[in-house]
Amino acid sequence: MIIEVDRVGRTFKVRGSVVHAVQDLSFSVEAGEFVGYLGPNGAGKSTTIKMLTGILAPTSGHVRVAGLDPSRRRTALARRIGVVFGQRTTLWWDLPLKDSFELIRLLYKVDRKMFRERLDELCSLLGMGDFLATPVRQLSLGQRMRGDITAALLHDPAVLVLDEPTIGLDVVSKAGVRDFLRRRSVEHGTTVLLTTHDLGDIERLCRRVMLIDHGRLAFDGTVGDLRAMVPGETSIEDVVAHLYLSSRESPRTRPHRPAQDPPSVTA
Amino acid sequence: MVSPVRTYALLAWTWTRAAAQYPLSFTLMTLGGFVLGGLDAAVIWVIFANTTTLGGFGLSEVMFLYGTAGLAFSVGDLMFSNLDRISQHIKAGTFDAMLVRPVSPFVQVATDRFVPHRIGRVLQGALVLGIGLSGVHVPLERAWMIPVMVLSGIVIFTAIWALGGAAQFLLTDAPEVANAFTYGGGTLVQYPLSVYGDNLVRGVTFVLPLAFVNWQPGLYVLDLEDPLDLPHWLRFLSPAAALALALVAGLAWRAGIRRYRSTGS
Repeated sequence: MIIEVDRVGRTFKVRGSVVHAVQDLSFSVEAGEFVGYLGPNGAGKSTTIKMLTGILAPTSGHVRVAGLDPSRRRTALARRIGVVFGQRTTLWWDLPLKDSFELIRLLYKVDRKMFRERLDELCSLLGMGDFLATPVRQLSLGQRMRGDITAALLHDPAVLVLDEPTIGLDVVSKAGVRDFLRRRSVEHGTTVLLTTHDLGDIERLCRRVMLIDHGRLAFDGTVGDLRAMVPGETSIEDVVAHLYLSSRESPRTRPHRPAQDPPSVTA
Repeated sequence: MVSPVRTYALLAWTWTRAAAQYPLSFTLMTLGGFVLGGLDAAVIWVIFANTTTLGGFGLSEVMFLYGTAGLAFSVGDLMFSNLDRISQHIKAGTFDAMLVRPVSPFVQVATDRFVPHRIGRVLQGALVLGIGLSGVHVPLERAWMIPVMVLSGIVIFTAIWALGGAAQFLLTDAPEVANAFTYGGGTLVQYPLSVYGDNLVRGVTFVLPLAFVNWQPGLYVLDLEDPLDLPHWLRFLSPAAALALALVAGLAWRAGIRRYRSTGS
């Protein structure tokens, strides 16, 4: 298992009271899986991502990613994972894109020849030739996102964590990013964990979906299973909306299905 | 793991190149720092136009103290003062991005938007130190202390910046509190500590060790009696004081990162 989350909890103290951002969360992800991670705002998605990447330490339970405890071995883990935050860039704002990439090569100690090959491949797949010399702050959102995805992959990580990578993108950019991610997962066997509010991302990319709500895992299965959760609804948007709403009305009776056999990825 | 020193050089050099894209701005800013620093130092001449001693010290001796303090402070300022921007990184979420890179977040914060034109202040400090030294007689057997005190001073100021940065993990909205100690401390030690009250001098000797930047070792170099009659062995404690403060700052920084809670989303 490349990602293991075992009874993980994370609390925050907010003005004297304790908020459980994540509670008793357990799941695991096999190498090569493409997993969608859904949940309403404030459900604990970002907190989970931050614990998986070592930014936050869990208050209880255990996390292992690529064989490491993220919060204790954050720096070592950084070499094995790639992280994309859709809401903010990990690139250097004032530097031309290609300088950012060169810095990443040096910081991650990527061999020059390998770097060249990977960058050429990513450039042609993501169509970045035209704006490599442009400072990041002058890039459009779509261009910046392609830059961020490239930056996260130059060291060829085993796990790619994407936090809302398609947020704010136009239809064409979104399609380009999705197409790229699908190919990446198939051709390189990269494990991908994706959080999103765009259910099109989930339908087109993910075989497996996890749904987190009130800090707990509320669903774990295939997109088909997810659809079957709410009889009568056919579009996945409606299904998810229904699940979010029912949990808001009666949090104790919300549908709960613990991890089943994770579907294998053979595509 | 890429060594922190190499990472520092790499990132600082990248930002220097970015700054070099605007050569006129770089030149003007460097010159500006030099001239502003010069005006600051000119105050010493104004004072000595009206008096022959300041706190018991002559013109060259005051310039020596000013120069060593200025050099130590401005090198620390050049290399590490960006640590006081950590609260901005926390609020903007860019600190998260630093945490997922395989290099020290301390170095990343310190070098982010590294501004090479602060070198102007370094040159100004070195120049005043040179002028001061030309007017005082320092035999070789006491001159070894000069590089030691400047290095210790750099470490002390850097540690104060790091402490200020670490405090911002708790007080995200109060970066100015740290500035009172960094820029305030830098200004405080420009003049002989004997011009201040005894309690302040004791405070910066035994609490926040600013007296070890240039005052105590300076008394040794200039071979002068301590107006406060503190023990002579204090004059040799600058490296120890610097290391102790650096250790405290390092622990505080680590504790700050452990406590870091990130922002929403």
